Amino acid sequence: MILHELIDYDVLRVIWWLLLGVLLIGFAMTDGFDMGVGALLPFVGRTDVERRVAINTVGPVWEGNQVWFILGGGAIFAAWPPLYAVSFSGFYLAMFLILAALIVRPVAFKYRSKRDGTAWRTTWDWALFAGGAVPALVFGVAVGNVLQGVPFELTPELFSLYPGGALAKLFGLLNPFALLCGAVSLSMLVTHGAAWLALKTEGVVAARARAIGSVTGLLTPAGFVLAGLWLSVGIEGYAFAGEVATDGPSNPLYNDVVRTASWMTAYAERPWIAIAPLLGLAGMGMAWLGMRAGREVSTLLWSKLGIFGAISTVGLTMFPFLLPSSRHPNSSLSVWDSSSSHLTLFTMLVATVIFMPLILLYTAWVYRVLWGKVTEADVADNSHSY
Amino acid sequence: MLAPRRRPRYRETPMELDVVELSRLQFAMTAMFHFLFVPLTLGLSALVAIMETVYVMTGRPIWRQMTKFWGMLFGINFAIGVATGITMEFQFGMNWSYYSHYVGDVFGAPLAIEGLMAFFLEATFVGLFFFGWDRLKPVQHLMVTWLVAIGSNFSALWILIANGWMQNPVGAEFNPDTMRMEMTSFTEVLFNEVAQAKFVHTVSAGYVTASVFVLGVSAWYLLKGRHTRLARRSITVAASFGLASALSVVVLGDESGYSASHTQKMKLASIEAMWETHPAPAPFTAFGLPDRAARETHYAIEIPWVMGLIGTRSTTEIIPGIDELVAEADARIRSGLIAYDALMTLRADRADAPQVIRDRFERHSADLGFAMLLKRYVDDPRDATEADIAMAADDTVPGVAPIFWAFRIMVALGFAFIAMMVYFFWRSSFRQQSYPRWALRIAVAMIPAPWIAAEMGWFVAEYGRQPWTVDGVLPTALSVSHLGVSDLLFSLAGFFLFYTVLFVVEMGLMLKYIRKGPFEDVEETEAWEARHEHRLSTHDGRGPFADAAINPAE
Repeated sequence: MILHELIDYDVLRVIWWLLLGVLLIGFAMTDGFDMGVGALLPFVGRTDVERRVAINTVGPVWEGNQVWFILGGGAIFAAWPPLYAVSFSGFYLAMFLILAALIVRPVAFKYRSKRDGTAWRTTWDWALFAGGAVPALVFGVAVGNVLQGVPFELTPELFSLYPGGALAKLFGLLNPFALLCGAVSLSMLVTHGAAWLALKTEGVVAARARAIGSVTGLLTPAGFVLAGLWLSVGIEGYAFAGEVATDGPSNPLYNDVVRTASWMTAYAERPWIAIAPLLGLAGMGMAWLGMRAGREVSTLLWSKLGIFGAISTVGLTMFPFLLPSSRHPNSSLSVWDSSSSHLTLFTMLVATVIFMPLILLYTAWVYRVLWGKVTEADVADNSHSY
Repeated sequence: MLAPRRRPRYRETPMELDVVELSRLQFAMTAMFHFLFVPLTLGLSALVAIMETVYVMTGRPIWRQMTKFWGMLFGINFAIGVATGITMEFQFGMNWSYYSHYVGDVFGAPLAIEGLMAFFLEATFVGLFFFGWDRLKPVQHLMVTWLVAIGSNFSALWILIANGWMQNPVGAEFNPDTMRMEMTSFTEVLFNEVAQAKFVHTVSAGYVTASVFVLGVSAWYLLKGRHTRLARRSITVAASFGLASALSVVVLGDESGYSASHTQKMKLASIEAMWETHPAPAPFTAFGLPDRAARETHYAIEIPWVMGLIGTRSTTEIIPGIDELVAEADARIRSGLIAYDALMTLRADRADAPQVIRDRFERHSADLGFAMLLKRYVDDPRDATEADIAMAADDTVPGVAPIFWAFRIMVALGFAFIAMMVYFFWRSSFRQQSYPRWALRIAVAMIPAPWIAAEMGWFVAEYGRQPWTVDGVLPTALSVSHLGVSDLLFSLAGFFLFYTVLFVVEMGLMLKYIRKGPFEDVEETEAWEARHEHRLSTHDGRGPFADAAINPAE
């Protein structure tokens, strides 16, 4: 079959780089507020019924939202196998923490309100808190490490080496810059969750969410700017040493990579990408203003724009790199040398073009059916509520 | 070009046997745990959809109550199925990093399409199933339920296409430039006969599991004299659905056996503990004690002809025995060594390797995986001695006795399910839904049986695939990540702890909700019955069917 040659290999690679961004942004926009609500749960709800109201705002939708993350993992596996192989094994214990959170969270949603008893419910509430806060933090930490480069190297067989003891590797990830990125990510998703709660609840829960969101809504852009300044002066970037065949075979070792003074050279070469951080800041700022003014729908939308801008900033700053190697720069994974084959990328694109619009359509329909505030009366009346 | 590098450190890295063994243990544990929840999700979603269809068509309130009750149990089960499924999707990258690199180009695609096509569907609509009762019209809600059921079943399809490729890697070839398998034909991967046979077999097994579960729980209610109306109807649905599924699971399992006879000969020979090649048609060993050291099966009770007929569907075709297959593996290792040597030359001189070397690699590349079996014994397979080759060839034989027994337990249970379903179908259809107490007790006792059968089936499929992760392509010992024993011990302990807690919690909740029983709105049901009786016994001037036309929703 030569159908796949209708689209050039390098074009397909860029398309899949964009789709990877779409999936990560989709995940952060939808499951992001679920995690934010989880992280806010002990603070916005003091009584059992208040907490149930908060939980039931995400109760019917979190399962679908979480698929963005699972699909993101699947898409990395299918479209960027070296990235999947290196990052998931290299970040082993960090991935385990995320998995633990993602295992506990669904179960906590389902099981919390199926038994009475304070101890039972409080335990699950803390599970929901950890299930929201831990991944939100770890994702940011991971991004912070990717920007600095990760100490892996590839053998000629493309076996990924990532030396070190289990805990040494985990704590190696927790460096100051990465922790700052983690804090920005957590704060951003908490703000997003607060915006969601302000929209979907009323009374005291909404008021507390707005109060917290007004603080984190300011911390997020401040941290984002700080991380940007740090990145421009304190962290080395990566670049290809020579010409790169953009449609060459997917073998990272075929290209030579060198360290550069800063990632910021990307902004000199492609000034238009500055639009991403600007959009991000605009979104975060407007979300903060909206939160204080009590505007419900627009705050959530501005918060989504902030997420879109922040994630795009990271992607565009690093392009074409996906996962640079600090130990052995030539092993760095990039868009031009770490993708699937031409045929697989094309096949996956066909599947995405067919199913992604359907997914967006039915997800929108489900949100429309569930439109409206969740009140204490709703929670009490519905025997299926969490 | 390639930077100057150290020698590959295979000895110290993927060959640490502890890491390989621990990774296998973790994968087996998490996969088998995951599959405690999958079959019930598959089957119960379909049963619930059938019950709700009856509700929407007849308007009888009791069918809505049944839908809600079994749907609640489905939900408790679904939550853990999803949670443990995420582990499966991520573990390939975490623990099987070289595998992910080596076959991600082929194996990743069905996993990603599963997310796009199936998992999104079921996960998005399962929330509405629970929260949508008051927000949707009955027909809309029924559509939501069916979409959840269809999503779960499609999900199984794509996962089994991925798994089927590990058993029978079609539509792909090795690319020396990228050092990995690459897809050459998506349709071959999609229509892989092993994948198709596995899909229908696995889905039917899920239906049997749910049928036995619904039947067993309902039987318990009848024994206790509770919820009898709901229980009798549930038994009727479960017995008819279960009978069809139990028949298909055996027939389609036979299809799997037939496809194994020409794709995975070693697995088939191990299932049969068939050491030597028999003249066609081979006998089936119903019982025996396989002995690996002596290479024979003691006390074997053989049924003539049966194996040859099942495996080849002919009386003349020969099924090769284990010894013959080991000799075949020996030859393929030698052929693989030629491919390996050519590959090393190609890699050293990528730009202008002579055409003769390329051709030589092409001719032998299908056996490259067999040369990699030698990495267990030597760093460079080309240094292997005759003894190493003999040992590597012998490694292609999986553990025969456990496979032999697991398979027989599965098959025996499969026939037991048919007998059980035939009996209950007969009682429900022709004996006015009256069930003797002994039969009800057996039905309750049978509840765990389908899970045992399903786990045994997966054990035969995956343990029988050893020593490969991808049959004939990539040895398990080379597939792992560069991790230390400490990483593995930490994650194993973590999974063990989490999963034990989850299991206790989920069993507790299931039992609690089964004991509590369905919410039966007796008034509503009786009011409906009275109206119904009235409609059937009187005409009210319009005839018994006039009402139905005016008010079909009732």
